Order: sequence, then C-alpha cells, then structure tokens
Amino acid sequence: MLRDITLGQYYRTESVIHRLDPRVKIVGTFSFIISLFLVKNFIGYAIAGLFLVICIKLSNVPPKFIFRGMKAIFFLLLITMVFNLFLTPGEAIFSFWKFQITKEGIKLAAMMGIRLVFLITGSSLMTLTTTPNNLTDGLENLLNPLKKIRVPVHEISMMMSIALRFIPILMEETDKIMKAQMARGADFESGSLIQRAKSLIPLLVPLFISAFRRANDLAMAMEARCYRGGEGRTKMKPLIYKKRDAIGYLVIVLFVALVIVFGRILFR
Amino acid sequence: MSIIINHLNYIYDEDTAMAHPALIDVNLKIPDGQFIGLIGHTGSGKSTLIQHMNGLIKPSSGNVFFDNEDINEQGYDKKKLRSNVGLVFQYPEHQLFETDCFKDVCFGPKNLGLPQKEVELRAFEALEQVGFDATYFYQSPFDLSGGQKRRVAIAGVLAMKPRVLILDEPTAGLDPKGREDILNLISDLHKKMNITIILVSHSMEDVADYVERIIVMNKGRVAFDAEPRDVFSHVKELEEIGLAAPQVTYCMQELREAGFDVDTGVTTLEEAKKEILKAFGKC
Ligand SMILES: Nc1ncnc2c1ncn2[C@@H]1O[C@H](COP(=O)(O)OP(=O)(O)OP(=O)(O)O)[C@@H](O)[C@H]1O
Ligand SMILES: [Mg+2]
Repeated sequence: MLRDITLGQYYRTESVIHRLDPRVKIVGTFSFIISLFLVKNFIGYAIAGLFLVICIKLSNVPPKFIFRGMKAIFFLLLITMVFNLFLTPGEAIFSFWKFQITKEGIKLAAMMGIRLVFLITGSSLMTLTTTPNNLTDGLENLLNPLKKIRVPVHEISMMMSIALRFIPILMEETDKIMKAQMARGADFESGSLIQRAKSLIPLLVPLFISAFRRANDLAMAMEARCYRGGEGRTKMKPLIYKKRDAIGYLVIVLFVALVIVFGRILFR
Repeated sequence: MSIIINHLNYIYDEDTAMAHPALIDVNLKIPDGQFIGLIGHTGSGKSTLIQHMNGLIKPSSGNVFFDNEDINEQGYDKKKLRSNVGLVFQYPEHQLFETDCFKDVCFGPKNLGLPQKEVELRAFEALEQVGFDATYFYQSPFDLSGGQKRRVAIAGVLAMKPRVLILDEPTAGLDPKGREDILNLISDLHKKMNITIILVSHSMEDVADYVERIIVMNKGRVAFDAEPRDVFSHVKELEEIGLAAPQVTYCMQELREAGFDVDTGVTTLEEAKKEILKAFGKC
C-alpha cells in the first residue's frame, strides 16, 4: 500500500536522464509545468505528451512504476474532472435532472485531466531520476542569487534534503510498526471511517516518537561534527555542467518554444 | 496443529529493478511443542521467514499451512491465525503506544474481540508471566528502561495466548542479566505452557543453551536443520556462512587436540563441565 507512493522516490538505474545535471532537470521540470499552463489547445498537449513519453523512454524507468504514483491522486483527478464536467456553463449537449454536460465542460474537464496527469508524471520523473541529495544541491545552487536578499537558501535546502532523506526511512518504519501492530491483531483496513481513524493511533504514536528520536539523534550527530550552517561550507561533489547539460537546456528551450507556438499562437 | 512451509519463495520489490530474492525454496515442518532456534548471518532471511508464519507477508510462491489449512487462501481468518501464532518483532518496545503499560498489553486481546473482563485478566496474567513489577503497571511505558519496555512488549503478545510464539532477536541490545532473564522467561513459557517457540538469534550460546532444534539460514535457503549437536559439529561450514559454534564447542575441540578424551559434540556449559570432570577423573 505505502509502496504505491512514488512521488519523491528515487529509482536507481542507468540513463541519460539520470546523468543530467540536477539543475537542468529542475529547470526542465519547471518549464514543463509552466508550459502546461500556457497551452490552450490539444495540439500543445500532444507535443507535451510526446516530450514526456520520450523522456520516460530515455530514463529507463519502467512506465508501470511511474504510473503507480497516479493511484494516489486518482480521487483528486476524478473530483476535478467531475466538477469541470458538470459545472461549466455553455452549450448543453446532454442534461438530466439538475445537471447538464456542456461542450465547454467536456473540453475543460479533458484539459484539466491531462494537465494534472502530465504535471504529476513530469514531477515524478524528476524525483525518480534524481537522488534527493542531488536535487537539493541543484536547488540550492539555482536559488543562490537569493542569498543577496537574505533568503536563507542553505538552511532551506538543508531542511529539504533532510526531509527527503527521511521519507523512505519513515516509510520503512511505518511498515514495521504496522506489521507489529497487525501481529497484535490490529486492523487498519476495515471498519467505518471513525474506526479506521482510531485504528491509526497505535501506528502514529510510535511513529512520532521514533521521528522525534531520530531528529534528536541527527541534530546531535550534526553538532558533534561541527555543523554550523552554510557559511564557508564546501562540497565533496560540486555540480559542474557537462556538454550533455548544454544539450539538455537547448532541448528545453526548443520544447517551450514549440509548445507556445503551436499550443497558443498558431491555433487558438 | 503445526506449521508446514512448502516450497516457499519470496522476492522483495518484485517487478522493479530492485527485485531480489529473500527466501528460496524453503521447506520446513514445525510440530507442536518444539523449542527451535533460527540462526543465520544478517540478511539471510530470518525475519522475512517468520513474517510468513503469521501471514504478515504473502509468499511470492509456495504455501504456508497452519493446522493443515493454507493461510493465504481467500477468506482465511488472519486474526485468528495471529492470535495463535504470536510474533514479537525485533525491538518490540518501539511498538508501545498507550498511556500506561497495562492498557498497552490490553491492545492485543481487545483486538480479538474478547469481553473487557477477559481482556484485563489476560493482560494481568501476561504481565505477571514476564515478571513485570506490579508497581509499574500503570506507568507510562515510555518512562521505563529498555529491558522493562521489552517485557511489556512481549507481554502484549503473550496476552493473546498464542500457541506458537516467535521472537525476533529478543535479547538484542540488552545487558547480560537482561538477556538471561528474557531467555529464562521464554524457556519457562515453553516448559510450563508447552508453547511452541521459535527463537531468532545471533548468539550461538543463547541458542545452544535452550533449544532442541536449530534451523540455519544462509542467503535465503535453509542450510541446516537438525539438533544443536549435529549442527555445531559442522563448524567449518558454519564459519563459511558467517556463523560460529558456541565457545564451549571450540574449547572441547582444543582439549581433544591436546590429548584429553572428551566428547567434542557438547554444546552447553553444563554438559562441557561434566565431560571435563569425567576426563580428569579418568586421568
Ligand atoms: N522491506 C524490505 N524491502 C526490501 N528488501 C528487504 C526488506 N526487508 C528485508 N529485505 C532484504 O531481504 C533480505 C533478508 O532480510 P531479513 O530482514 O529477512 O534478514 P535477517 O536474516 O532477518 O537479517 P538480520 O539478522 O540483520 O535481522 C535482505 O537482503 C534484506 O536486504
Ligand atoms: Mg531480522
């Protein structure tokens, strides 16, 4: 059950996408997401879809693994589409009782659905192909200029990398505690909503205790190694752009230009 | 009323790139009332194996039978299985969550749907069995020492009155006194209530002193399954898979090489003492 959440997980394998500099991937993902919101027609989405498929193909991550993450947002997707389908005013093509489905509604629902699916797929692809450490390194590097206006960039990225680092650990811990309580006859899957919420207490209390213990240990370990923030701190593996990263940026620029021209300007 | 494991295979993260087999063709029969030691190098699949025995993990292939019923069949009552096959996890104190120890021990029997009176009676009994000091019954489990916490956690499983009790490294991280207490407690449970016990351990001494049968795991397979005496006679093979025989076994072998007429097959301190005295008596 918990293993279905692929958002934020890293998939270890060899590929061009994995080798790309994290900064390229972050910029690429953001450009991709922004372009999704700029697109006004299905041709634009077709281009975006094609781009996504090629990236997935290049990344060597099995599609099954990527779409497993979709289960988690299935309800969100369903609700979004249903609301758009029924509540968009316009030219009705089908109606019953108080509801009516309009032409505009269908179009909007389809667009929202595609947008959401692409958005999740695109961002999962980034996290699946980039280690959490690399991701935060890249982010810290990209946000560096903000230090001038006193944004605590290093602290933010450190917090992020710790949070990301702890996701799999806490997930494993959850799995373990869940099993231990199931061995004592706990039932997490059946019963009414209230019963189910109540059944989470034996899971959440030990989980929080262990999270606090881990946080405490980590703080102690960092202090013992003289951690004192980002000032003057050097990296063991500094990020250096290679030729493939330049190509990566070029592809991103081309993609955004294509999407804007076809998805916004040429066909309205 | 026994556990039978038939051609069991288990693969973690099946159908991903991280897939790797943790259990390979395991076949075991665990009859009633045995005291079994399960040993193996770290990562050999011990914890994975025992989780199959009360249905927490579904096999990738193969079957697990309890009382001649396949526990992974549709509609099999898992709750009942878990009350019959109690599993104490490694570091069980991490599962405590209630405001006081007594309530925490009540959790198991309450989940079985027993009446409140019965639940409390069982909790009381279980806490007594593990030798938990009554003055701490209504204290928060988080204020206790590690060894005391572990007792409460074991009581939490015992309160379900299992007929098979599986313990995953129950002595990990305890001091010598704490270890002995816990092991004696387990041995008592075995003797007095005739519960089947499966003890997972890294310590050859722990296992040799108490159990009547040893199962050795190596890289997901059963390497040996015999009496302690037989298993520990394969010192070389054991060392190859990252294990060892109890220290007394080595001691006896060296005595033998030095020319004393002693039985090298003994595994416990008590037996060794007798052998040595016998040898010296003869000299
Ligand atoms: N939740 C999991 N996900 C993926 N792989 C796992 C998981 N749990 C265990 N494994 C792997 O399965 C194999 C067997 O692990 P298992 O925990 O059963 O070993 P063990 O004999 O209990 O070891 P130890 O003595 O260290 O407790 C190991 O290679 C381990 O890496
Ligand atoms: Mg283990």
